[in-house]
Amino acid sequence: MRRIYLDHNATTPVRPEVLEAMLPFFRERFGNASSIHAFGQAARAPVEEARAQAARLLGARPGEVFFTSGGTESDNLAIKGVAYANRGRGSHIITSQIEHHAVLNSCQFLEQEGFTVTYLPVDSDGLVDPDDVARTITDRTILVSIMHANNEIGTIQPVEEIGRIARERGVFFHTDAVQSAGKLPIEVDAMYIDLLSISGHKLYGPKGVGAVYIRKGTQIVQTAHGGHHEGDVRAGTENTPGIVGLGKAAELAFIEREAEAQHLTQLRDLLQRRLLDEIDDIRVNGHPTRRLPGTLNVSFTAAEGESLILSLDLKGIAVSSGSACTSGSLEPSHVLLALGLDPQLAQTSVRFSFGRDNTREDVEDVMEHLPEIVARLRAMSALTVKQEKIRGSGFGVRG
Amino acid sequence: MYTPQVMDHFQNPRNVGDIPDADAVGLAGNPVCGDTMKLSLKIVDDRIVDAKFRTFGCAAAIATSSKLTEMLIGQTIAEALTITNESVAGALGGLPQAKMHCSVLAADGVRAAVADYRKRDHR
Repeated sequence: MRRIYLDHNATTPVRPEVLEAMLPFFRERFGNASSIHAFGQAARAPVEEARAQAARLLGARPGEVFFTSGGTESDNLAIKGVAYANRGRGSHIITSQIEHHAVLNSCQFLEQEGFTVTYLPVDSDGLVDPDDVARTITDRTILVSIMHANNEIGTIQPVEEIGRIARERGVFFHTDAVQSAGKLPIEVDAMYIDLLSISGHKLYGPKGVGAVYIRKGTQIVQTAHGGHHEGDVRAGTENTPGIVGLGKAAELAFIEREAEAQHLTQLRDLLQRRLLDEIDDIRVNGHPTRRLPGTLNVSFTAAEGESLILSLDLKGIAVSSGSACTSGSLEPSHVLLALGLDPQLAQTSVRFSFGRDNTREDVEDVMEHLPEIVARLRAMSALTVKQEKIRGSGFGVRG
Repeated sequence: MYTPQVMDHFQNPRNVGDIPDADAVGLAGNPVCGDTMKLSLKIVDDRIVDAKFRTFGCAAAIATSSKLTEMLIGQTIAEALTITNESVAGALGGLPQAKMHCSVLAADGVRAAVADYRKRDHR
């Protein structure tokens, strides 16, 4: 069976060029980058080269990029690090309801620590209103954390506007760019970004490595204590193979970004058009235009999400779902609920996320199987398409 | 993640549909995740002679619904009421721990259908 991978927002394969670049650092160049001997120095320069490569992808200066174990650690460090360092100034943090759990759960932890957090709502397309940010900032606010692009629906936030508002009010601005790095242009200066998180494995680099951009002058405390690594921001022996891999992946993403984005947009739009043409009663979730190139999130009324992805998997097609039944939690996706979707409609959502190796043939294959799968599940469903329509008049969009 | 029995019932569900002249209809739902099951029974002399289901839910919910109908056909009302979510899940070779709550739908469906049957006061 031909296997088709359409879950690139979950993770991507390591590119061969990236793997090649990494291999020497498991073998002859295994030295500790902090050692002063030749073995150590053979690893130091490549770490600094990787820092420059990552910085270039973000429009940053290399001295402001610090390597971590991934997007989750970067988010934790940025949010908790700024919160604790600025406790004397205030204890209020602003974020959105549709952030990744790395951000949401860091904020919830800080609430237990005595901080106050505002979780801003989004509109039915998933956009945060910058005016809401401006209205919510008080003289106690120390941090605004709004993601660049959402992992489930792909909606791209007006980070530049939000960043400008935060800057004017003297509040630090963090953005989780784990999904957007390598897909959307990023300029930390022009976008008024003070802190930014990226992850290696979302851009064809290895798992277990990420980076956090921290603008010079940002008050932050380290959350992992140890030796003097990474400018005393993040202790721990440098993961040299991972860092070199992230650097190489960032370099390739920077060079190929525009062509890649075009490729992903074409495939995504082709699938979206064919789904809308060939399957009734579906809803595309996320902003119609302000959306990550390769991301397509669709609700298939009355056909449950886990059943859809399992049926597609049996045909060799890998996608993911916002259904509760796939997340280990009881509730459906917090992102889809925040858009105003009825929980039962949220349960029917499937996310297709394209990557560099996908082709039009992959879209053809999805369309060869999916209409039949949806029809089969709807035929045995206790919900009818019609019922759902009446129940969710306005199709679950919040007024 | 699922046993072969669960996958079999998910791919080839038994007794899907409605019974037009059903003697009992039970609706069960999980208010949190939205899974919904409709169970229809044909009952003769206190014995279930036919059972059909419709389910909106994950593979675990569909497979337990399907297995439930197989277990029910031929049982008396009293026997049907001894069915638990564990017994249906067990008959499918078990479910992943995180998915056990999906099987509650089946047991709830039986109780709802029996309650409907008694309300109709068949003699």
